[in-house]
Amino acid sequence: MALAVDRVKERWREIPPDRRRYTVIAVELAITIALWLWIAELGYGFAYLVSVLWAFRIEDDRIRWAVEAVIVVTTLIFQPPLGIISIIIFALDELPERIRRIALPITAIAVAILYPFYVSHLFELPVFGPFPGVSTGVVMVVFMMMAVGLNIVVGYAGLLDLGYVAFYAMGAYTAAWFASLQFPTHTIHLGAVGISPELPGIHISIWLILAIAGILTAFTGIVIGLPTLRLRGDYLAIVTLGFGEILPQIARNGDNLFGTGFNLTNGPNGITPIDAPGFGERLHDWTAGFLPANFLTAQNAERIFYWGALVLLLITVFCSWRMRDSRLGRAWVAIREDEIAAAAMGVPLMRTKTWAYASGAFFGGIAGAYYASFKSATFPGDFFFNISVFILCMVILGGMGNIWGVILGAAFLSYLDREGLANIGGWLNDNLNVNIDVPLYASGIYGVIILVVMLFRPEGLIPDRRRSHELHEGVADETLYDVRGVAEEAL
Amino acid sequence: MATPTHANRAPFALIGGRRPSGVSAVGLVFVALLLFWLAVNFVKTPADFIEIALIGLTTGCLYALVALGYTLVYGILELINFAHGDVFMLGGMISATIVTSWFSLTGDQSFFRTWPLVIVTLLIAMTACGLINATIELVAYRPLRNAPRLAPLITAIGVSFILQNIALAWKGPNFVSVPNIFPQSAVFSIGSVEYTWNKLIVVLITVPVLFSLVYLVRYTKQGKAMRATAQDMDAAAMMGINVNRTVSFTFLIAGALAGAAGLLYALYVTNVRYDQGFQLGLIAFTSAVLGGIGNLPGAVLGAILIGLIQAFNEGLTWHTPGSDWTQSIVFAILILILVFRPEGLLGERTPEGG
Repeated sequence: MALAVDRVKERWREIPPDRRRYTVIAVELAITIALWLWIAELGYGFAYLVSVLWAFRIEDDRIRWAVEAVIVVTTLIFQPPLGIISIIIFALDELPERIRRIALPITAIAVAILYPFYVSHLFELPVFGPFPGVSTGVVMVVFMMMAVGLNIVVGYAGLLDLGYVAFYAMGAYTAAWFASLQFPTHTIHLGAVGISPELPGIHISIWLILAIAGILTAFTGIVIGLPTLRLRGDYLAIVTLGFGEILPQIARNGDNLFGTGFNLTNGPNGITPIDAPGFGERLHDWTAGFLPANFLTAQNAERIFYWGALVLLLITVFCSWRMRDSRLGRAWVAIREDEIAAAAMGVPLMRTKTWAYASGAFFGGIAGAYYASFKSATFPGDFFFNISVFILCMVILGGMGNIWGVILGAAFLSYLDREGLANIGGWLNDNLNVNIDVPLYASGIYGVIILVVMLFRPEGLIPDRRRSHELHEGVADETLYDVRGVAEEAL
Repeated sequence: MATPTHANRAPFALIGGRRPSGVSAVGLVFVALLLFWLAVNFVKTPADFIEIALIGLTTGCLYALVALGYTLVYGILELINFAHGDVFMLGGMISATIVTSWFSLTGDQSFFRTWPLVIVTLLIAMTACGLINATIELVAYRPLRNAPRLAPLITAIGVSFILQNIALAWKGPNFVSVPNIFPQSAVFSIGSVEYTWNKLIVVLITVPVLFSLVYLVRYTKQGKAMRATAQDMDAAAMMGINVNRTVSFTFLIAGALAGAAGLLYALYVTNVRYDQGFQLGLIAFTSAVLGGIGNLPGAVLGAILIGLIQAFNEGLTWHTPGSDWTQSIVFAILILILVFRPEGLLGERTPEGG
């Protein structure tokens, strides 16, 4: 199938560039008109996308500026928020490469931080419906963190981890153990906010818990990794899958662990409520109300959770980015590209792999702990194999090894999971006269995404340059003489 | 695909070497404890014990059919075909549909009406699943044959999810129930222990299928081609073997076995659900690893052992973890085997496995 696609591509490249361009414009115009006749908004949306993409490609400065001005003015008149978005996009495009490298992340961070303020002024997209709300935003950011964590294992070190959900569960349960009524026989209070000091159970400040969760999960990662990382790639995948199934099962059956009556996880009922995160009254006053005393009781609790998650994500991204360029990160890439060569060059395989595993697990644990305290609950039903594949799908769709790609993939897929699929389903059912429960088929849709990406664009939406070279055929296994092809021709 | 150590593997070998070490001593202690536990249980409730063992043997046969599919595919492509369990589930769905909707069997009809139709269903399910599996290989794995090893593994997971959702769209999220077609009456009984017909039928259908598979792989030209391709794909191609056709054929056979298992499962357990294939597939894969992946008798031995372990765990009473822990136990076995004896019980030790 992929071969047929290649053949079509080749044919296409043989056509002279001018004719190619006109054909594309004609087809796009036809699609726009067809969509417009069907549902006007779809036509406008498509026309906008196409014109922006074409505007980027115009080489003559003045013509490009003129076209961009026309687009900006038109959108400002008919859809002001889109006009502002267009201005930002074009401004970024016009900046020189060196400044853009800095401006792009800063803009992205600013857009993310300010999101709660302007989301209510945004327009509705055709098909996808309204932009995600702030509480969906929290989930999206948490999943971005997990995807960036998994990216260290899968993207950098090239170890397929099919049990990432185990780390997520570990983090969530750590938060639940250290900030709830789960162990009423012990009363330990350490910086928890919003609860009476006499309350039984362990109550520790969320910020400490995040650190504990990270370390505990990293430790779990090492314990899982040490015996299993000797195994080759696909065996390792299976073993991680095994752990990813065992840990949630322990969570499910942990209300009476091995018949001893010890209630570790409260079984299928889960642990709830979990204490609210917060900085306490004193820090709140010191910072003149900048740091919230208690996330849950604060005004705009959702926004505060969102910003908290965003800060954690930024830390994760920063660590992940610095680690990639460190000695350790380069060792990961070396192992991914050729284990034997890396070992011959003196890279300690076991230690490097274990570090990849532990770092990936660390961020997964923190994300899990934060998510549990956002939901104020943790249930064993949240930790299925599907979640592992869901996070893996984010990494693959975005582009293995590329932080920006992975964040984009995570944002898109977790949005789809929370709101997008329901919106799309509603739109389909309204406009096509069908009755499909689209969210029911979520895992199938992820399956299709995985399959299509792996077959046609294995490097993902935003490829990592090195990784994309590896994924495009045969760098690792290229033989001097293609025996198979010759033999097949002979047959 | 051609790793330097590739040629050292002996695919579909009969008996492997032994490796004495401290690890195996720990293993022996573990096995001794297991046997002790079984012995105590046997002394306490002998009748239950035998009945449970018979159940385990039957489920073991089902697992064997699925595990062989994993082993065949792994032997030839070194790919863990995650979608295999879902092909098996589709086999169950297809059989359930044919048996109830097309042939409207209820189990009360006469012997001569029921059995030819069951055999026809078996053949249809085998063919359909074989074709599905071969198609999956063609669409999802073949384009990636020269890609890094993990690429086809990832697509396999994608395909598995797609198949599950196809079944979900086809049959809905609930159990599809099948009437009791296999008779439940006893073949023979010793004391209070009954060996029922439905268990015997599963064995009666499984065993000839297994023997024909062994015959196919070991004595036919196509089987020789499969073994050659498994050993070294490039060399096999140079010897004039059509590698692509051989791989397709292997997937066809593996799928057919899964189809047979699907029919037996649907008629023996009498209900099928869209997500059962994945779980059972993992159990079957564990069996294949336990026996030594790439090794046909090993897969059968591993499957029967896993079937017994599962049945004992769920049925016995004295110090038994119970069905809540079945999955954990199976995965713990998988992990222990992969860590301490990656070549499995019957497999040969290879540089790659360790």
